Amino acid sequence: MPTPTLKRTPLFDSHRDAGAKLVPFAGWEMPVQYADGIRAEHVAVRTAAGIFDVSHMGEVETSGPDAEALLQRVLTNDISKLAIGGAQYALLCNEAGGVLDDLFTYRIAPDRFLTVTNASNHDADVAWMRDQAAGLDVEIHDGRESYAMLAVQGPRAREIVQAVSDSPLPDRMQAGRRIIRGASALVCGTGYTGEDGVELLVDPEDASALWDDIVRRGAVPCGLAARDTLRLEACFHLYGNDLSIERGPIEAGLGWACSEDTGFVGADAVRAVRAAGPREKLVPFTISGPGIAREGNPVIGGGEVTSGTLSPSLGIGIGMAYVPAQRANVGERFEIDVRGKTRAAVVASKPLYSHDEQTDG
Amino acid sequence: MSSGASYPEDRLYHCEHDWALIDGEVATFGITWFAQDALGEVVFFDPPEVGSSVTANEFYAEVESVKAVSDVIAPLSGEIVEVNTALADTPETINEDPYGAGWMVKVKLSDPGEQDALLDCENYVSSLS
Repeated sequence: MPTPTLKRTPLFDSHRDAGAKLVPFAGWEMPVQYADGIRAEHVAVRTAAGIFDVSHMGEVETSGPDAEALLQRVLTNDISKLAIGGAQYALLCNEAGGVLDDLFTYRIAPDRFLTVTNASNHDADVAWMRDQAAGLDVEIHDGRESYAMLAVQGPRAREIVQAVSDSPLPDRMQAGRRIIRGASALVCGTGYTGEDGVELLVDPEDASALWDDIVRRGAVPCGLAARDTLRLEACFHLYGNDLSIERGPIEAGLGWACSEDTGFVGADAVRAVRAAGPREKLVPFTISGPGIAREGNPVIGGGEVTSGTLSPSLGIGIGMAYVPAQRANVGERFEIDVRGKTRAAVVASKPLYSHDEQTDG
Repeated sequence: MSSGASYPEDRLYHCEHDWALIDGEVATFGITWFAQDALGEVVFFDPPEVGSSVTANEFYAEVESVKAVSDVIAPLSGEIVEVNTALADTPETINEDPYGAGWMVKVKLSDPGEQDALLDCENYVSSLS
């Protein structure tokens, strides 16, 4: 079988020059870590600032008189509540209420939206949205080639990006156009690390110079491995691990992102699960002793780990697991079969790590 | 992280990136610079028990980096007579000093003839390229 050609982001040369380990990820050749290692990158984001190339993520632009109607149909959240310049998290579900993707949508103008997709789901998401647009007056543009995406995250992130912006940056969960280093960028007050920061959507041709400047100003280049440990400490879901077509939003603890009254695709199924109560729930956990649970490890008595790692901030094994709903309460003890060894775990509260709650860390 | 690749000539190597330093009928096992570099920062070492037996080419311990778990393969067969208990608290020693303080177990060899199947330094290094 021929090796499929991996796509490269506009920052590929920067990553290689910076000593990144590059790995295949969702069809892209992406930096998993740089020379100083995952821990150093993780700590940089928790204490100062890191920069991530997330250009593998996809963009879908929807516009026209029925753009809002389309998004109301396909997204689980209530798009009518999304103001111009706002950001909203939602899921894309099938009729059975299984999760097809999780995504952020930004309202750029009254009838124009930008939705950011997961790399591995992008093509299917675009096809799904086109199918669901039958009879609607909406233009759906696959914007993946139009943008590079950089995430600058950490307590110093805003200060660093502010220094190259023509005007104040959008607040958390807001988005807007700014001139960054003389070039237009969509600046979004969102992220995937549990820290404050921004995500920058820029022209691919501007990406490399912007990356270099932000690094020069003190943001540490961070790879996908640190992105994963950071998001897991913050208890953000990863599609393909914690979310899948096999499970629904209620099981995943994402009922807050579902407004069944909008009648989105899958709303009836989601409503039924919400009313009856889910059979399983996704819970964050910590390992009580030594050992690290990993994705796929069975929970003894039912359920499975969907994400697991060592928490660089806490120094212990952490993760998320689906467990029977009656055993999902914070403080509940359970056991995980980690490659034949029984490891004790306890259901924790979200987030597993919070900047504000750390008093002795 | 240790800075540069190194492969001491005083020991034998298994193609799965493990080393054995033989002293009479006892050998010390560990993983090579290449292995620790591929793993990244080691955060957990799960040792076998003293008295248990290990079989050449089969795994006897687990080593975990932030990213993933890997099996550690025994280069030779025998009985575990000592484990490096210091690695429980400082598993990063495996990165920092893979051939010294990062050793994993000492094994009383049951079949010293098995070492003929291992690689010397030169052959191991050429297997990496």
